[in-house]
Amino acid sequence: MRSSTALLRRFGRALTYGLAVLVSLWVIVPIYLIGVAAFSEQLAVYTYPRPFFPSPFSTETMEFFLRSSGVLASARSSVIVALITLVLSTLIGAPAGYAIARFVFRGRDSFRLLVVSTRAFPIVILSIPLAVTFIRWDMYDSAYSLALMHTALALPFTILITSSVFASVPRDLEEAAMTLGCNQFEAFLRIALPLALPGLAAATLFTFVLSWNEVFAAVILTVRNRTLPALVLTVLDESPLPYRFAGGFFMLAPSLVFMLFIRKYLFNLWGRVTK
Amino acid sequence: MAEIRLENVRKVFGKTVATRDVSLTIHDREFMVLLGPSGCGKTTLLRGIAGLEQIDAGRIHIGGQDVTDLPPRKRRIAMVFQSYAVFPHLTVYENIAFGLRMQRVPAAEMKKRVQAAADLLQIANLLDRYPAQVSGGQRQRVAVARAIAVQAEVLLMDEPLSNLDALLRLEMRAELKRLLKELNSTVVYVTHDQVEALSLGDRIAVMKDGEILQCDTPLAVYDYPANDFIGGFIGNPPMNFLDGKAAMNGAGAAVTAGGVTFQPPPTVQSALQAKPVAGVRLGIRAENIETNPSPAESALAGTVLVVEPLGSHNLLTVQVGGERVKVNTRADAAFQPGQAIWLKLAPDKIRWMDHESGRTLG
Amino acid sequence: MSTRRWQLITPYLLLLPSVVFLLVFFAYPMVAAFALAFRAEDGGWTLKHFQTMIRDVAFAPAFRTTILLILIIVPVQFTLALIMALLVQAKLKFSGLFLYIYAIPLGISELAAGIVWFALFTERGYLNTLLTGLGLLDKPFIFLSYQNTGWLLFAVVLAEAWRATSIVMVILVAGLQSIPHEFLEAADVFGATLWDKVWRVILPLLRPSLQVALILRTILAFQVFAVAIAVAGRGITLLAAEAYRWYDSYRNPSVAASFAVLIMLLSIISTVLYLWGLRTPEEQSL
Repeated sequence: MRSSTALLRRFGRALTYGLAVLVSLWVIVPIYLIGVAAFSEQLAVYTYPRPFFPSPFSTETMEFFLRSSGVLASARSSVIVALITLVLSTLIGAPAGYAIARFVFRGRDSFRLLVVSTRAFPIVILSIPLAVTFIRWDMYDSAYSLALMHTALALPFTILITSSVFASVPRDLEEAAMTLGCNQFEAFLRIALPLALPGLAAATLFTFVLSWNEVFAAVILTVRNRTLPALVLTVLDESPLPYRFAGGFFMLAPSLVFMLFIRKYLFNLWGRVTK
Repeated sequence: MAEIRLENVRKVFGKTVATRDVSLTIHDREFMVLLGPSGCGKTTLLRGIAGLEQIDAGRIHIGGQDVTDLPPRKRRIAMVFQSYAVFPHLTVYENIAFGLRMQRVPAAEMKKRVQAAADLLQIANLLDRYPAQVSGGQRQRVAVARAIAVQAEVLLMDEPLSNLDALLRLEMRAELKRLLKELNSTVVYVTHDQVEALSLGDRIAVMKDGEILQCDTPLAVYDYPANDFIGGFIGNPPMNFLDGKAAMNGAGAAVTAGGVTFQPPPTVQSALQAKPVAGVRLGIRAENIETNPSPAESALAGTVLVVEPLGSHNLLTVQVGGERVKVNTRADAAFQPGQAIWLKLAPDKIRWMDHESGRTLG
Repeated sequence: MSTRRWQLITPYLLLLPSVVFLLVFFAYPMVAAFALAFRAEDGGWTLKHFQTMIRDVAFAPAFRTTILLILIIVPVQFTLALIMALLVQAKLKFSGLFLYIYAIPLGISELAAGIVWFALFTERGYLNTLLTGLGLLDKPFIFLSYQNTGWLLFAVVLAEAWRATSIVMVILVAGLQSIPHEFLEAADVFGATLWDKVWRVILPLLRPSLQVALILRTILAFQVFAVAIAVAGRGITLLAAEAYRWYDSYRNPSVAASFAVLIMLLSIISTVLYLWGLRTPEEQSL
């Protein structure tokens, strides 16, 4: 009786592990495969049946993609837009995050609710009118206007993540600093900020990737100064397979790195202020 | 001159009144202990003095200056927090030097003061380490060193020993007492541990429900508690209470308890005659009761329930009528559970309290 | 100014830039979108744009496909996400690694995900290679032809499930972590099987998280557009894709705005449905 339940438990355990691995494969294998395609020789892309290994490993396809017209320029555009978004959303959002974390004031919960509810707004309904407005104000088709839109998208996340990060810095550290000669701002600068830095870095990383990946607003708000996703989308149906595969891989590569760093703060993205 | 004067300090959190119009004067260089159970308002009061809480009514004066509207950094205070609040991203040296750095103290002077504070707390060998690399007890010393390095006029301490284990707490208590005697600061010390209060304070302010019930020297609070709560809160074991009835007889007022009639001292007599009360509680401490294995005059009759040998003496729990009384006896006194025993209360050590209000009479 | 005064206004000062920004970039566009959709050239109100939108030949298929996509994707994703969340919480060794892997798709854009699954399903793609290799096919099957709307939809569903399940999973894991494990231990003591535990203990307690995740995921699903283009080209059309087409190809921002308003309305309706259908009576919450 004893051994059979132990065996059953071991078997159940093995099954669970197996399932976990299976699901992991479901996530990883497609990425692996597109990586294989992206790093095969150009002609190899058309071969059938497809090899599951790049043989030989070649950067030809990638280079073809990168050298295609507009790709490097749009990649640079994407980076610029993402950087501006990052800076803007941190400068605007981090103070709000600090306020939510440290102060008790009337309207705090309503503000939190407002922030959380903005995530429910379809990007479609935001970007179309803004496109019309930007055209009217001669701000259309620039990295800055797209960055403004992306900042609006990223702001709720930045506020929620930073509020969580600041809340995790014990309040009495700042109070101790204030008894030792700091005013509120100096205490923030010397104590809260250095200790919150890792979390803030994760928030900025998240903002960067959000902007890098965004497609709809990018394709509506830019014409000549396309970002990478906008460019790839518009030429997609005319582009040859090597272009698509290399482009796809190039676009998702940052995500692999990004997830490594933001793991710890995953649960703060959805408005939960952790203890 | 760092006298602290609190005038009608009132602080409310939502619907709870944390401190009710508290007034207190702490003399220059005095070691004042704020003692009370959790929720009594002692920490709120301390934080009010520090400026970390904005009080709702009343005024606070430090060194003759009205600091009520001033932020902490302008109040000439230093504080040791219950959690130590040692900055994790700075070395021990930088932690201790922090206040000096804020005051723009020149480098040579700063180094000297940090070294002196570290030596005083015996952590000079830890100066390059980070807080995560030292033990809890050592972190506590860093917190204290950081507070004394700035040589503030007022030193505020919020239960600094409560997070230490029992043995360490005993050591640090003695060390703190020795150390703080050498400083020139006024010290306000918050604790819920009455042993700490008795051992450290020049005066103790006992607080309950946002009010100061009694503010006096440790001996006075111990021997002459202002009410039965204080008698029961201070001392280990707590003060014993016996319910008695007051009646007038030929010699004046008399109180009968446990079958014995007591004649209270003149001051209590006059209080009883001026304002008669229905019930009187007799307070007596365990060490002020004499034990007799055979009946004695004016002794209460009881039965031994429990004998606890504590090494230096025995602690007996005795059933007297409907109440239980704790009595100290010598370690070699041979009392057994179930044995009959007679307790003689030392008359000058009996305290007389009004049964209803708990206040001490006379 | 006294310390007390500063303490009172500081939080509002810190909040001000965010509030202003959010008002300008959320409230204003919403109002402007309604204005665009319902305003005629002469300045009056009109339903003309809405009518143009509905009468367009591509509207009905787009509407149908979008709703169909959501009806299929949501249950699939939630089952998958629940399994992933339970696996992550199952105290396995390497659960940190599993969490990292399962969360990777969070950082992948619609477009990239679409291209990845295109590579799998295309005529000369990996799926065909696998099936031929296993002997199930003689020659490659054309999954992604415009006639095979069934297969096209299937591929899009897979792509979206692959990409967006992580979002739901993260919310569910957070919810799972807030269930005190004593509840599950009690269930064990009283003889519950795994199925029982999931159905009777975990899911009911997970209701608030499920509600949040459902609302979020459905709203995001109404906005899906690039993944369909990447996988299926012109074979499938969705509401958001139509909005884009009307703005970009047909140069008609008014009709595009009508689509936007429709999407917004559908999002609100589904949110209300979820809030009503999944409401947890006060007495039953943790």
